[in-house]
Amino acid sequence: MNSNVTGARIGYIAFNTFREAVRDRVLYNLIAFALLLSGAAILVGEISIDIERLVVVNLGLTAISLFGVVIAIFIGIGLVSKEIDKRTLYTVLSRPVRRWEFVVGKFFGLTGTLVVNTFFMALGVFLALVYVAHKFEPMDVWVLAALYFIVLQFFIVCALALFFSSFSTPLMSAIFTFALFVIGNLSEDLRGFARVTSGLGGALATLIAYAVPNFSALNVISQVAHGDPIPGRLILYNTAYTLLYSAMAISGAVLIFQRRNLK
Amino acid sequence: MAIAAIEILDLEKSYLVGFWRKRPKLALRPLRLTIEEGEVFGFLGPNGAGKTTTLKLLMGLVFPTAGTARILGMDMDDPRVKSQIGFLPEQPYFYDHLTARELLNYYGQLSGIPSKERSARVEQMLARVGLSDSAGIQLRKFSKGMLQRVGLAQAILHDPKLVFLDEPMSGLDPMGRREVRDLIQQLRQEGKTVFFSTHILSDAESLCDRVAVIHQGELRGVGKVAELTSETQGKVEIVFYANAKKVPAALTALGAESRFGGGNMVNSVLPEAQQEAALDVLRREQLKLISLTPVRRSLEEYYIQQLRPAENEEIANKESFKKELRQEASRKGVGV
Repeated sequence: MNSNVTGARIGYIAFNTFREAVRDRVLYNLIAFALLLSGAAILVGEISIDIERLVVVNLGLTAISLFGVVIAIFIGIGLVSKEIDKRTLYTVLSRPVRRWEFVVGKFFGLTGTLVVNTFFMALGVFLALVYVAHKFEPMDVWVLAALYFIVLQFFIVCALALFFSSFSTPLMSAIFTFALFVIGNLSEDLRGFARVTSGLGGALATLIAYAVPNFSALNVISQVAHGDPIPGRLILYNTAYTLLYSAMAISGAVLIFQRRNLK
Repeated sequence: MAIAAIEILDLEKSYLVGFWRKRPKLALRPLRLTIEEGEVFGFLGPNGAGKTTTLKLLMGLVFPTAGTARILGMDMDDPRVKSQIGFLPEQPYFYDHLTARELLNYYGQLSGIPSKERSARVEQMLARVGLSDSAGIQLRKFSKGMLQRVGLAQAILHDPKLVFLDEPMSGLDPMGRREVRDLIQQLRQEGKTVFFSTHILSDAESLCDRVAVIHQGELRGVGKVAELTSETQGKVEIVFYANAKKVPAALTALGAESRFGGGNMVNSVLPEAQQEAALDVLRREQLKLISLTPVRRSLEEYYIQQLRPAENEEIANKESFKKELRQEASRKGVGV
């Protein structure tokens, strides 16, 4: 079996996952987002002076992140477990499809859905920016960097949801993933705490600080809202970090799923 | 020498059950079975006998505790096996957001059917299972029978050499069952090997070359359907028209057990040794003979015979358990 065939199969599974999300009306969240953003833009335009851009960028990007994380968790935890429960997996795995191809295909299907979702939401944010500021400013380009980091965040959340769902129940998987998302957003504080703590407690804090996903580094919403530039080095670091972290979580999910009996 | 389509070599499966103290529960005792190429093979057994477990093991959906199997001459874990087999699970459930056409196209992609052939193949399969008119409807709107047809279409879409069907007739109406039977016959004519599990014995009797009976995870018997049902029981069945609603007393005296069918038709079963004497009675009474056939064992009788030892064993176990309880109680001076 060559890599082209493997790649094609992963692509087919990913596309089917994307199609399922679209037909199950996952993208309907865009309507809620559009209502939220347009309402906020109108309100901000009337009550604030000179901080319209700050409010729109902050609110828009935070909403994109939260909407996406909720979708990533709630669909991610069911990506494989739902297929086992409904037994749709049986007719897939009785074909020349390897289990790891299935897991990876499902992962890309969900992340693909989130990328499309983010694209439309981002379009909304830029429209709102034009509405409140009547023009684009050079610093708006950093909003794109923040959006890219949000997408990277989704990759890690999807991979974690997939990992937890490979051995626990959907409810527990959702709790674990959400907990890691919250802790991961505090990872810079955890690292700071680890630096000033010594002994066993320090070692433990360091271990936890570096084991949880570093979502702090992926959150630059406040910076770009104030128009601060994003260093190229951070973009590179975050890209490499996300690839590595997601790959590790998916590998864990694959290792568990490879040995699992499908009852 | 021809390669066997399936060679099951002491395949065994046990699961760990219990919450705190996990203990193994045997789902399939070491199973050794060979299915030849081109055979239609029926895997019979009551619910929970181990039929689905065996199929799941062969499909790689669950992993064996011990033993292995060879499929089409290859090890069951060989990835090449999957492109040459088709599988219909029991009570199949498919992606209901897809239409029948989309689903078959998706499975065609996963099976590696080249895109040039795929559309034509999908349409051909839809026509074969009678779903051409419903091909554009989402599966969530399909009835159980229609889903079963989709299941059959996906199992044979990629023209596999070997087809596994898990309870293919379950939940189907008489028409649906007939269509499935016809499809299995067609697969046989095309030279495919069909391995199907069922507990509907009439289907197995009419379709299978050979059957195996499994019960409580244990293989109880294997044989050719023609041989299993050809054994006579030392009895004959005589069908004749009586003059009135009355069986001649001389016939009853020969040990005949008689019952009336439609009109004045009588079915009498009596020992083979009394056959000539019974015919003499009919001649004497001037009754019209319709048929005389030896009573053969049906597949159902064979099936029940294979299951019975287990039931007897179960009863014996229960009895001995009760006896032990009584003995224990009498030692302690408590009544049970």
